[in-house]
Amino acid sequence: MDWSNWSEFLAMGGYGIYVWGSYLVTFACVIGEILLIFKRRRTLVKRYGQIFDANGEDTSYQDDKTAV
Amino acid sequence: MKPRHKKLAIITASVAALGVSAYLVLNAFQSNLVFFFSPTQVMAKEAPVGKSFRIGGLVEEGSIQREASGTTVRFSITDTSKTIQVVYTGILPDLFREGKGVVAQGKLGENGVFNADEVLAKHDENYMPPEAALALEEAAKAQKATSVQ
Amino acid sequence: MAINWYKYASPASFYSLAGRMIPFFAILAFGLLVAGLYIGFFVAPTDFQQGEAYRIIFIHVPAAWMSMFLYVVMALWAGIGLAFNTRLSSMMATAIAPTGAMFTFVALWTGSLWGKPMWGTWWVWDARLTSELILLFLYIGFMSLQAAIDDPRRADKAGAIIALVGVINIPIIYFSVQWWNTLHQGASVSVTQAPTMASTMLTGMMVMVFAAWMYAIAVILKRVRVIILERERHTAWVSELNERGAL
Repeated sequence: MDWSNWSEFLAMGGYGIYVWGSYLVTFACVIGEILLIFKRRRTLVKRYGQIFDANGEDTSYQDDKTAV
Repeated sequence: MKPRHKKLAIITASVAALGVSAYLVLNAFQSNLVFFFSPTQVMAKEAPVGKSFRIGGLVEEGSIQREASGTTVRFSITDTSKTIQVVYTGILPDLFREGKGVVAQGKLGENGVFNADEVLAKHDENYMPPEAALALEEAAKAQKATSVQ
Repeated sequence: MAINWYKYASPASFYSLAGRMIPFFAILAFGLLVAGLYIGFFVAPTDFQQGEAYRIIFIHVPAAWMSMFLYVVMALWAGIGLAFNTRLSSMMATAIAPTGAMFTFVALWTGSLWGKPMWGTWWVWDARLTSELILLFLYIGFMSLQAAIDDPRRADKAGAIIALVGVINIPIIYFSVQWWNTLHQGASVSVTQAPTMASTMLTGMMVMVFAAWMYAIAVILKRVRVIILERERHTAWVSELNERGAL
């Protein structure tokens, strides 16, 4: 292992801003992408619940429908 | 406008936008495909005259001279066959080293010296720990020594 | 034992199959990510030229490879959808695009942050960087064109044309460093040559590549399920799923 302590690890031999700037933005993109899909799905399932209910369908599963 | 026409207009516009941007990009690409010229090409007058262009090659061993005052540095770029002198004032990249790849942008002076206003380092695709690099270097030296004998 | 693969070409059965596959790929992706980061930061040594800055490679290369690979897969599905009029293939293409664009952006971003300290510049218009930027525009073009057309079947067709035309850019990106003088260095890992990386560095990078693959599969399956639901709203199986509360 190259690091003897945390601050050395964070410094990345003076390139910390570039290394961590890369990793942070990448993880932000990945997490953002996942959250967007979940949100898109949640909105859709909710809307379908309303549409199908309006058409006089069985509404007894209301709770399940809004769950992801 | 009918919705159908509106949609058609949107599609036409987006295809046109795509076409125009593709044209612009390809145009920019064409003039930049030759990202740099080698010293041999420059000597053969293949590089544009009176215009800014880039020279690429290796920083010649032992050619780096830093002026006592300021950040002006003189060095030579070589492709092992031809060599061109370069003058540059500014901050050099971390990987700017003797014997390593370099790309300098600027204009060629009347005196044959290249006045660079940007110097970039071009590194190779090798990745290894410093000990391994050192071992390789030693091995190369040893081989050179035996071949001289 | 004969498995009826055609069964899964129907959106209804693929929807449930994808749903069962997602946890598998998601867990694999997470495990590989943790292992890859551990190797990348705690096992792989410092580089002789670039010091610690080279550790950006563990995301830069996987992202760049995925950006190209996903484009080819996207164009393939789009092409199949165009040729055989299969709904699910076109939905796959639509589901791949955002993830491909994300990886392209990450490749460009990390490359920029790597280029500044090593080369001395955030950006140059060399053939490798320019063609990768065009790839991002192709993904964005594909997505905005599809978004601009309301009728999904027509959106599929229009998107397929962009996707297929843009495939030409992939070999350009890949071979740019050989065909032209570029600031970007040549490939460290290729099919024809032995890798020019120390083995632990290479291991770390390859583990991250597999993590990116698994992530992409999980996320794309998750997205294609949403797209299937969006487009199949008027079918009996969706309303049946809704009734069972199993959407």
